[in-house]
Amino acid sequence: MSGPGPIEFGLVVLIMAAAIRAHVAQATFAAALGFIAYGLLLGLVWVRLGTVDVALTAATVGAMTGVLLLSAATRMRAGERAAILERPGPALRGLIAVLCIAVSAAIALVVLMPADPAPTLAPAAAANNLHATGVGNPVTAVLMAYRAIDTLLVNVVLLIAVVAVWSMAPDSLWGGRPGPTPVRQDNEALTFLARLLPPIAVGVGIYLLWNDINEPGGAFQGGAILAAMWILARMAGLVDAPAIGRLSLRLALVSGPVVFLTAGFAGFALAEGFLAYPSGWERPVIIVINSAMTLTVAVTLAMLLEGPPTRPPSPPLAGMPTAQDAKRGER
Amino acid sequence: MSPVMAAPEGLLLVLAIFGPVLGIPLLLVLGGRQAERIGLVLLALGLGVAIAIATTVIRRGDALEYVLGGWAPPLGVLLRADGLSIVMLATTAVVIGAAGLYARSDFGVPRGMPETRAPLVFWTLLLTVWAGLNAVFLASDLFTLFVALELLTLGAVPLVSLSGRAEALTAALRYLLFSLLGSALFLLGVALLYGSYGTLDIALLAERVRVEPATQLAAALMTVGLLTKTALFPLHIWLPAAHAGAPAAASALISGLVVKGSFVLIIRVWVDALPGVATPMAAQLLAALGAAAILVGSALALRQARLKMLIAYSTVAQVGYLFLAFPLASATQLGTAAWTGGILQAVSHALAKASMCLAAGLITKAIGHDRILDMGSIGRVMPTTVFAFGLAGFTLMGLPPSGGFVAKWLLLRAAIEGAQWWWVLVIVSGGLLTGGYLFRVLSRALAQSDEPPGLRSPLDRRGERLVLGLALLSIGVGLVPLASLSIVHIGRGL
Amino acid sequence: MTLTITSLYGLLGAALVGLGLYGLLVQPHPLRKILAFNVMGGGLFLVFDVVARRGAAAWFPADPVPQAFVITAIMMALAGTALAVAIMLRLFAETGRVTLRPEPPASSDGQGGDS
Repeated sequence: MSGPGPIEFGLVVLIMAAAIRAHVAQATFAAALGFIAYGLLLGLVWVRLGTVDVALTAATVGAMTGVLLLSAATRMRAGERAAILERPGPALRGLIAVLCIAVSAAIALVVLMPADPAPTLAPAAAANNLHATGVGNPVTAVLMAYRAIDTLLVNVVLLIAVVAVWSMAPDSLWGGRPGPTPVRQDNEALTFLARLLPPIAVGVGIYLLWNDINEPGGAFQGGAILAAMWILARMAGLVDAPAIGRLSLRLALVSGPVVFLTAGFAGFALAEGFLAYPSGWERPVIIVINSAMTLTVAVTLAMLLEGPPTRPPSPPLAGMPTAQDAKRGER
Repeated sequence: MSPVMAAPEGLLLVLAIFGPVLGIPLLLVLGGRQAERIGLVLLALGLGVAIAIATTVIRRGDALEYVLGGWAPPLGVLLRADGLSIVMLATTAVVIGAAGLYARSDFGVPRGMPETRAPLVFWTLLLTVWAGLNAVFLASDLFTLFVALELLTLGAVPLVSLSGRAEALTAALRYLLFSLLGSALFLLGVALLYGSYGTLDIALLAERVRVEPATQLAAALMTVGLLTKTALFPLHIWLPAAHAGAPAAASALISGLVVKGSFVLIIRVWVDALPGVATPMAAQLLAALGAAAILVGSALALRQARLKMLIAYSTVAQVGYLFLAFPLASATQLGTAAWTGGILQAVSHALAKASMCLAAGLITKAIGHDRILDMGSIGRVMPTTVFAFGLAGFTLMGLPPSGGFVAKWLLLRAAIEGAQWWWVLVIVSGGLLTGGYLFRVLSRALAQSDEPPGLRSPLDRRGERLVLGLALLSIGVGLVPLASLSIVHIGRGL
Repeated sequence: MTLTITSLYGLLGAALVGLGLYGLLVQPHPLRKILAFNVMGGGLFLVFDVVARRGAAAWFPADPVPQAFVITAIMMALAGTALAVAIMLRLFAETGRVTLRPEPPASSDGQGGDS
């Protein structure tokens, strides 16, 4: 590989500038904007490093993190002044700075002295890839076959994150809808985009899911793009968030982990064991799991951005069988 | 390496992690109304699985291994149950079971009522914490362990803020930020290790490891990250408020079990994955932090006005004992005895502390507060609870015949024989300080002069039996013959 | 020793980790801490990705295993961030301020939990 050119050095400078901006900006809002720029610029680095799957995930998820932080910053503007008083004193700050510089320097030294030859599992992955997993994209093979347990556990982590976020609601709002009541925006451009983009994005999401089998893409990336479209339509006031007690929402949230777990346990009966796929059926099984995961990741990310319920469940609780039972209980 | 087992042993290891996970979608789809029932059924099944794994490993006299998906490491991931795993799995199953049974009175779901927030969230997160812990004890790949730690964190943090009160929310936020910092440092170490060795499998790392700067940096980063989650002094500052803010059943989980998960990982990193990387100085430093934790934590516990805070600082102190094992294990012929002591301390503290947390919960429920000064003569109205509290105290002080006694005695003996007399002073003074703060509680509770406080609610008989049962178990661990305690070393090459 | 593109990005990752760590420890506002945590995460993922790039072999431009690690870890960072933001917003709604300073423990009446 040739040495770094002006593009590389330019990127490094811009990224450092954005990261510093995210630290030193007076207003949290401005800091969050700095972070969004930081995320987008980092996306270019992943591409330069030839890790396109990472670039896709990092760009979409990074944008979501940015939106999350930005909206939190706008809502909590009032509390910023008080917090500044709690900054540690200059001596302690200096000490922490020295510590952080030491950590950076140590990592830098390690980065400059790589093991030679660099250890890699790429040949092992390559040797097993196509014939044993039926998928051409090596990253998908790692996520769905060799290290399927990590992917399965991350699905569970995301599901739990939704429950954890919901748990921040006051008791009286449990079962209600999250986020603000939709107000149709007068901004015609936004409405137009919000109508135009989602169908395209659904196409892109499905393409990424499908593409993933041989080329970069996948459930996390496809799901993240679908979730981003939801947020866009939501901002334009075209849709409203579902009540968190709704059965269909709950089913969508659990379908990924449930399909994955079912396939995993089926491996005991049909293949070599847990998370092993029956010989010759690897490809269709992985496609089914990936499809369910894409749906779940999309709904999960959208719900993580929506936050806890903010509006009480409106009686009668549509889709909540529990309410009818309660009435029956009263009689 | 021992032969890799297929089903049904493999099924056991998988069920230990994914049994509780199976309950989560069930809870969410069937709705909170079924939460309690689903939770209790899974608690019973999980206890059975833990016992089955333990008996299988003891019978074989060797670790149980299971390759996931048929992909052997380094490409794939291995589940492995050794002596350390089975002891922690069993302790976890018992404490989670007790916390679940206790929580029936706080988070029970009456028939025919609509789903409510607290029960659904509590039972979902109880299962999450359990799955996370079991994954921490069974996975033998550092990245899978990272994911397991995250699962544990995301399960434990919202339990702290379940009440929705401002101080509980602040405590949960601090806990989460500390935990995220810990995870990031751990993952940084994982990245450096992969860059050096091309594998994250613990056994393969142990074969390939070289003492070099990259590995030492990785070990240091991972250790600091894990210490943050274990709440070792001075990284303990998140724990007291988190402990005090959480409902009683959740305090039992956090103080008793969650901090032990990351402790077990420190053993995995230092002893199993990177043997020989940590210098004797590093081990001494770790134990010095432990010693500081014992002294500072106990001294702060002496000054607390509230029972829950006292118990929280007691956890800070008792966590310190765990780290005395590190220098003692390497410096003496009695290395295995020091490890036995450290692991036994983890187990008996989990049982005793769970008993105390639930006892504090019963007292708070009964008299409406947990101010120690206003607990005069409570022993007359809640004799079983106060008795159990005292019994659990035996283990914390290290008095015979409790599990804590055997643990501390093994550490003490290793310190004497290894000529590291300074740890003897720490262990002895820690015991005295512990006696001091427990005496403060018991002397108030058993005072004869005061009028006993009126009870706000009828006594929770089931809760009292649970508290007593846990306390008796923490004593019972001390009655196990020393030779049988060597099961903690099965499959660990010690 | 010549500086390769990969090493340059590795150095950037190292610098970003230190910068994020500093913000996480020093920034007083929890939202700024979370922001710094994500900056640190970016640096950490970059270091991991450099490891992947160095492992390029067979016909792969980079070792797929650490790439999968980074994708997994990105999802988990988002989960942690979402939870932290949710706690902050609730805390803000309850008290009108967001601070990590522990309040003096009020005498607790009643257990945690609303039941």
